[in-house]
Amino acid sequence: MSFLDLFRRRRDDSAAVAKERLQLILAHERAGREDPDFLPRLQKDLLGVISRYVPIQDDRLNVSVQRSGHAAVLEINIELPPRG
Amino acid sequence: MATVITVTSGKGGVGKTTSSAAIGTGLAMRGHKTVIIDFDVGLRNLDLIMGCERRVVFDFVNVINGEANLSQALIKDKRIDNLFIFPTSQTRDKDALTMQGVEKVLTDLASQGFEYIVCDSPAGIEHGAITALYFADEAVIVTNPEVSSVRDSDRILGILASKSRRAVRGEAPVKEHLLITRFSPTRVERGEMLGIKDVQDILAIPLMGVIPESMAVLKASNTGTPVILDEQSEAGQAYKDAVGRFLGEQRPLRFLEMPKKGLFQKIFKVAAS
Repeated sequence: MSFLDLFRRRRDDSAAVAKERLQLILAHERAGREDPDFLPRLQKDLLGVISRYVPIQDDRLNVSVQRSGHAAVLEINIELPPRG
Repeated sequence: MATVITVTSGKGGVGKTTSSAAIGTGLAMRGHKTVIIDFDVGLRNLDLIMGCERRVVFDFVNVINGEANLSQALIKDKRIDNLFIFPTSQTRDKDALTMQGVEKVLTDLASQGFEYIVCDSPAGIEHGAITALYFADEAVIVTNPEVSSVRDSDRILGILASKSRRAVRGEAPVKEHLLITRFSPTRVERGEMLGIKDVQDILAIPLMGVIPESMAVLKASNTGTPVILDEQSEAGQAYKDAVGRFLGEQRPLRFLEMPKKGLFQKIFKVAAS
């Protein structure tokens, strides 16, 4: 141990990692907080209906609400499987 | 007009009951008629922390059910004037707290001249916690500088903003206060623990106080004395500061620095390494 180490602070900085992770996840969770409660159920029902006609994977259907000012738009994205 | 202060956190074990006991006691010491209510139905503990567990006869649920009146259930503190404890029930019926029942109790307490009603919320976001949040005029968000506690506090802030009575009725929002507990300056210095500014950056609500991790807290709960009465302890003094800030006073934050090591200790450390 050198003499200078007496004045140097050791930082492992896992706290910085904690802060970064929290900021990311909370930004995501705060955005979702505004969504109406029914979105997950709507997504499940839509999946059920669509898969009666086309085979589709669960993660290929995305339901979200976009807000701007007083207007809200329900956005539904469905990605169909490649034709083959 | 009584002010309902809900002490909440989402996460368990962060110091809600310790803080409720300290804040309620502190407000009464400042001359305000105060009652601390235990909202944790089924897991009664405020009585132990306040040291009045052997004086509990009737409880919150008895009063709501009309089996006892308020004056029979309220326990007057033997140390501090103006301070009362309202113990909860140990029933396992979690829905025993009806919204109408709680509302009536709060109204009756206000008409008995209580200035502050401190609600010690249970952990989680179940019925008891939501009920305690619903009636809040002000909320003390107890947070440890640790990821899960900060995340849960953020969740609670979201619920306050949407589900509290003030939010539902479109009144002025619940006034929020951040209380950081179990803070360790040494670990922050080493980069192992989120600092005050980190937590504040993330939660973005006014800071009411920082309570250092302290041996005095366990000692206080062992003996059933709210830690704010331990005037020698850093935790006790930090809670006193927090109560002062809550009442609108400007007080500098204390106990945020690492204890200074003397030159002798430094030399000793080098010699040992």
